[in-house]
Amino acid sequence: MMLPNGWEMVVGLEVHTELKTKTKLFCGCANEFGSAPNSQVCPICLGLPGSMPVLNERAVELAMAIGFALNCTIQDSTFHRKNYFYPDMPKDYQVSQYDLPINARGYLDLPDGSRVSIERAHMEEDTGKTTHLGTSGRIHGADRSLVDYNRSGVPLVEIVSGPDIRNPQQARDYVAELRSILVAIGASDGRMEEGSLRVDANVSVHKPDTPFGTRCEIKNLNSLRSLTRAIEYEALRQIDVLEDGGSIRQETRHWDEDRGETSTLRVKEEAEDYRYFREPDLVDLAPDQAWKDRVLAGLPKLPARRRQDLEALMTNPTDAQRDGVTTVVDLNLDIYVEGVAQAQGDVALAVARAANELAANIEKLANLTVENFVATVAMEQSGQLSATQAKNVLSELLDQGGDPVSVAKAKGFEQLSTDSLSATVGELIVANPDEWQRFKDGDDKLAQFFIGLVMKATKGQANGKAVIAELQSRR
Amino acid sequence: MKSALEIAAAVRSGQSALVAVEESLTAIRARNEELNVFLYVDEDGARAAAARVDEQVRRGEDPGLLAGVPIALKDNLCTTGIPTTCSSKILEGWQPPYNATVVDRLVAQGAISMGKTNLDEFAMGSSTENSAFGPTRNPLDPSRVPGGSSGGSAAAVASNMTPISLGSDTGGSIRQPAALCGLVGVKPTYGLVSRYGLIAFASSLDQIGPFANSVTDAALLLEAIAGHDPLDSTSLPEPTPSLLAHVNDGVAGKRIGLVRELVDGADEDVVRAVNKAVATLKDAGAIIVELSMPELHLGLSAYYLIAPAEASSNLARFDGVRFGNRVDGEDVTAMMEATRTAGFGAEVKRRIMLGTYALSAGYFDAYYGQALKVRTRMIEAFAAAYQQVDMIIGATTPSVAFAFGSKTNDPMAMYLNDVFTIPTNLAGEAAISVPFGTGEANLPVGVQLLGPGRSEARLFAAARVLEIADGRA
Repeated sequence: MMLPNGWEMVVGLEVHTELKTKTKLFCGCANEFGSAPNSQVCPICLGLPGSMPVLNERAVELAMAIGFALNCTIQDSTFHRKNYFYPDMPKDYQVSQYDLPINARGYLDLPDGSRVSIERAHMEEDTGKTTHLGTSGRIHGADRSLVDYNRSGVPLVEIVSGPDIRNPQQARDYVAELRSILVAIGASDGRMEEGSLRVDANVSVHKPDTPFGTRCEIKNLNSLRSLTRAIEYEALRQIDVLEDGGSIRQETRHWDEDRGETSTLRVKEEAEDYRYFREPDLVDLAPDQAWKDRVLAGLPKLPARRRQDLEALMTNPTDAQRDGVTTVVDLNLDIYVEGVAQAQGDVALAVARAANELAANIEKLANLTVENFVATVAMEQSGQLSATQAKNVLSELLDQGGDPVSVAKAKGFEQLSTDSLSATVGELIVANPDEWQRFKDGDDKLAQFFIGLVMKATKGQANGKAVIAELQSRR
Repeated sequence: MKSALEIAAAVRSGQSALVAVEESLTAIRARNEELNVFLYVDEDGARAAAARVDEQVRRGEDPGLLAGVPIALKDNLCTTGIPTTCSSKILEGWQPPYNATVVDRLVAQGAISMGKTNLDEFAMGSSTENSAFGPTRNPLDPSRVPGGSSGGSAAAVASNMTPISLGSDTGGSIRQPAALCGLVGVKPTYGLVSRYGLIAFASSLDQIGPFANSVTDAALLLEAIAGHDPLDSTSLPEPTPSLLAHVNDGVAGKRIGLVRELVDGADEDVVRAVNKAVATLKDAGAIIVELSMPELHLGLSAYYLIAPAEASSNLARFDGVRFGNRVDGEDVTAMMEATRTAGFGAEVKRRIMLGTYALSAGYFDAYYGQALKVRTRMIEAFAAAYQQVDMIIGATTPSVAFAFGSKTNDPMAMYLNDVFTIPTNLAGEAAISVPFGTGEANLPVGVQLLGPGRSEARLFAAARVLEIADGRA
């Protein structure tokens, strides 16, 4: 998008991701979403008097993995207490990292070639969840408030970007790429709608080559759509204020998805003084080189590299095919495409089938072996199956399992004999003389007309390529 | 009452654990109303535990180092099944769903908890006058304070209600009441004893430690509770040291530093006792080295920033939301305010305000930050001193037990009680107070022995020399 009158937006993002650990950050309670309220709690995550935290080793490993994936420096770090009163925060302080985060100074390269710097990626604990009963739905004026502490103490990593993002699409790409990385390294399940990935956006506007403007922080961005809409709305709002001669005050704003606008949550003067100080119940975190090396060695191939490798298997991939590759990588379908490549099959066709048919049935993948996917693509490529039939076979394999040859046979998707196809085409030419004449005169579009008729006549059993070959031979 | 060592030996060789338990209950009944030592007496629990110990002995099992020994627990240690109050209205009636690690370890060693003892609210005080449930009186002179904050645990042993007890020491809360009640009291090296289940006052300073009538019993109790705990990240990883085995090692050839700043300002009777102790140790073969550590004067100021700062955060959770008393309000914020206003006493509020201020933006560097620098200097000063000497000797308190009310209106005078004990907490090191001679009104005087981290065995050996010379053993 272009902003009016030469304005430029400056965006930095804070992404909170819950870590996919078995247990919470400081206690042995299960880290699971969706259990009965307050069923996964203990004296530690309830902050009962006398309880003390013990750091989860796996959480540290995942935090380091995030650091490596984002090209950060993994450094010795400390924990601090961030003090403020809130009923869903059991100790009335949050244990977080402050001046010495575990991961410092990195960057993330986006598919469009731009680079966004990472200022830090630090560990902290999540809070519980409050539900306010009553008309307002907010804490003020609520009749009653209920707190579920299952989420309290769930490990989080907060990834803070530099103010390097210049438009909503880039913000979206950044979060999408980051999410893809977090999922790939097993740090997060990346579900924005469940709140396991949460994004806050710092937005300001200025004219290029002038200092940055005053920024506002937008909360409650629960989807990529919200993110782009909110950033765009906020930039335009700030421009309106400035062009009317007003000024922006630093504040936290709430995104209302339904109304499509941001509104003031709290202004800076009301901001809390968090009275940070070192958490005396925890010791310094100083992973030794051997541990860091193990984490680095265990890091899987990252999405950017995987996309690159898949695209290298295709000749001059189109934009649509590149999008297909992105989907394949995001959904971890690489092995299917790689299987086809190894069998010297049609990789572009494999990407198309994986990014569409497999992507739409991701929860049924267990039924489909790589081998059977490769065989199906091969049958389609050779003309044994039409595109429609191949999709049909894949759907059946995903639903029920089995092998493509048997499924094709059971469905009656046997190849029409060349004679039979030839006879059908011959009949249709006779029945549609005008169209045939136009085709013969060079109107290639008519090929589709005849393919449609053949498909109808053969109930989809004909192979489109074979039909074209037959038409061409008679032209 | 017999010593803990004697009771454990008797029980292990077949005497019923109920004997000592009933003796303890009789002593509690005799004086608890007068002295206000126990906030909760667990009569049924104690008898049931004694029966279990007896059953273990009958089966030929060893109940442990503290077989059948009655013990009193400061009421800031979490115990299941009975209340834990921290002597605060805000926690009145609360029953923790878990035991402190030390409590589990005591049970595992056969000890029998008689109940929970009074303290200054949230361990903030030096006289036990700050308890929401009334002051504890000094058994040696009920017109005087027992010291604090572990006044109840000190009084329990001084009045022979139990042979041993546990307290916690953040700035002197074990050693000062031990001195005022004529007991041995130990502030172990930071991390030697697990803090899990100790309701925190100042997490970087708090340590749980023993009270006993003798050095031997104190060593026995510390040995039973010390050692790494995976639930406390700050607990030392090394194995439990052997303490009891070394109490008779003596001080021959040991270099002992007499630090002027740990005596200056004390009453004359206290100074006299310290000097006599020095002479005694010299006679026993120690080499006395006079030292000056001017940094120690900064300790009190640094402590009264660091401890309240941590306390302001540690005590935030007492907000009425999940446990303890709740006073309703218009909304959540008002409820929290009303709960804390009604639930905390004056001294606790004073320290929360002090600590909140010290951590606030704009003041942090000048107060909390500066105090941390002082703390580092203190650690360096001790490290330098321990290059020259094996341990340090000084007074525990500036005076013997003082009268009720004499310092309650002057917080600074009260805070000065801890001037000699605070440096050890700031440095995270070990110290012991041992009674030696008497002072004004024939009241006991405490002499303090300080050592580097994990030097407890050495300190016990020196304290034992003084104990024997004083005719206490």
